[in-house]
Amino acid sequence: MADGTTIPVGMTPARSNAGGSSSMKRFANRKSTTAFLLCLPLILLVGCFVVYPAFYAIYLSMLNKKMTAFVGLGNFAFLLKRHTFQLVIFQSCLFAITAVVLKAFFGFILAHLMHNIPGTTQKIWRGLLLVPWVIPLALSTLTWWWMFDPSYSAFNWILNQFGLDNVPWLGVGWIARLCTITVNVWFGTPFFMIMYLAALKSVPEQLYEAASIDGANARQKLFFVTLPMMRNIISITVLFSLIVTFADFDIVRILTSGGPQDQTHVFATYAFQIGIQSGDIPLGAADSLFMFPILAFAAFFVLRGVTQRTKEIAA
Amino acid sequence: MSATTADSHVFRKTSLHRQRLWALWGSYAALAVFVVIFLVPPFYTIVTSLKSSAEISAQSGSPWMVNHPTLDNFWYLITYPNFQTYYLNSAMITVVTVAVSMTISVMAAFSLSRMGFWGSQTLSTGVFLTYLVPPSLLFIPLFQIVGWMGLINNIWCLALLYPTLAVPFCTWIMIGYFSSIPKELDEAALIDGASYVQILLKIFIPVAMPGIIAATIFAFTVAWGAFLYPLAYLYTSNQMVLTVGIISDLIRGDVFQWGKIMAACLLASLPPIVIYAFLMDYYVAGLTAGATKG
Repeated sequence: MADGTTIPVGMTPARSNAGGSSSMKRFANRKSTTAFLLCLPLILLVGCFVVYPAFYAIYLSMLNKKMTAFVGLGNFAFLLKRHTFQLVIFQSCLFAITAVVLKAFFGFILAHLMHNIPGTTQKIWRGLLLVPWVIPLALSTLTWWWMFDPSYSAFNWILNQFGLDNVPWLGVGWIARLCTITVNVWFGTPFFMIMYLAALKSVPEQLYEAASIDGANARQKLFFVTLPMMRNIISITVLFSLIVTFADFDIVRILTSGGPQDQTHVFATYAFQIGIQSGDIPLGAADSLFMFPILAFAAFFVLRGVTQRTKEIAA
Repeated sequence: MSATTADSHVFRKTSLHRQRLWALWGSYAALAVFVVIFLVPPFYTIVTSLKSSAEISAQSGSPWMVNHPTLDNFWYLITYPNFQTYYLNSAMITVVTVAVSMTISVMAAFSLSRMGFWGSQTLSTGVFLTYLVPPSLLFIPLFQIVGWMGLINNIWCLALLYPTLAVPFCTWIMIGYFSSIPKELDEAALIDGASYVQILLKIFIPVAMPGIIAATIFAFTVAWGAFLYPLAYLYTSNQMVLTVGIISDLIRGDVFQWGKIMAACLLASLPPIVIYAFLMDYYVAGLTAGATKG
């Protein structure tokens, strides 16, 4: 057999005396070899461009700017002492937490509204509501930028119609922060809506009927039937969105580039500025590694939720 | 509110009916408000793209209206060589990414869901975890790695990097779809003497077509809209893709040609919008597959 040479190491040789069994063994060997070969491109891709860079980032973050000497945790300590970086930590957390809470809230409301209306028209409404999510984020953020433009602002025009003063949308720290959050909520809410809508549809109708017979009102149905049934999906979606929002780059980069006075920088945009634009690669790597603890925390619980969910489905 | 009694059966029915109707119209009204708010930016993109630069800078009247609609911006872009390059680059990289990602993930998903080998369970979990690693965590070490390969400012570096964003989730979707195919189907084929490759090509891919469509759309979305990698690794206009090309080309210093920028955004958003308009159901089904089963 020509393919006998590709049997993976560690495979126990066939010990059985029966000829049929040994050929079965060989078949099994061949099967797992094929299986491994089919996975090989995936393993290579992920190994070379995800796993290796992740470890390489740790190594990079411990070098000095010219990458000639090992400085240990010096870069991390340097960043933590910097006022700008403290602002980055604050803004990243503010941005991610506020945006995720708002997205979850609006997504939940929208999913309920959608669930109320009949299926045929639902598709049209869903299509309209998904538009923000379909347009590439980098492009729609350009439109937001243009709407926030200081001198030709479309929003300021509306404010002026009501006799209000111009608002420097992206020119003042707190307003700019709120603007970045607004764009993220606008973009991300449709995703929550479709996830929650799917979860709502999977709640069996009998549960609501049983609750009605027991005299539950709408609020009680929401808290004692809908929410417990959706608990898993809600947590998976929220944690997943937390990861994506926390690591967001496009919105802040295009809308403010971190300004005014570095007040809207998040980890990703700050890493880009110091790592790519200023050429201090180790410092940039250190900056983006600060994201790791919160990402690992969220990823752990997402994974747990998904495994639980899979088991529930299988049961 | 008094509790309805058993004798007023008719009253109860109509009141419930009225309640339902109110809930329905209330939902429509609330949804309409949301839709209007959500569609403000796309609407404003269209409005601006139809204006000439003179009309935009004149600032007379409402910015939300077009007084002299013109297609000049679109015509300028279509005949503008740089914009053509960006569009072609985007299309080329997207096609390559989708083809590569789908090949890798379909093969891996078939192997992980049906054949299995030592460590395949761990690999499935690992693939899902990879999906949770954001590009903003890896772009700095990747900058070095792309540099070693001599691919800085070379559009083909994207063809290597985009699949890392698409493959984990595509594999995850496909594992789900492949696992839902009854085992009897491939056992029957095995007994008939089919090889694994034949089973994959003749049974699994046709049966799991909805999943393949969903995964393809995901790969397309990722490749068409990615922003960080091209921004970090490409800097001359002949190598750029749409997302970064529009920003770096149409914004020169302090001069913002907003009419053209908005027209370019519109043209660049067209392919995703068209694809979603036709295939949204597949995508939503694929995305929520884990959530709705059972």
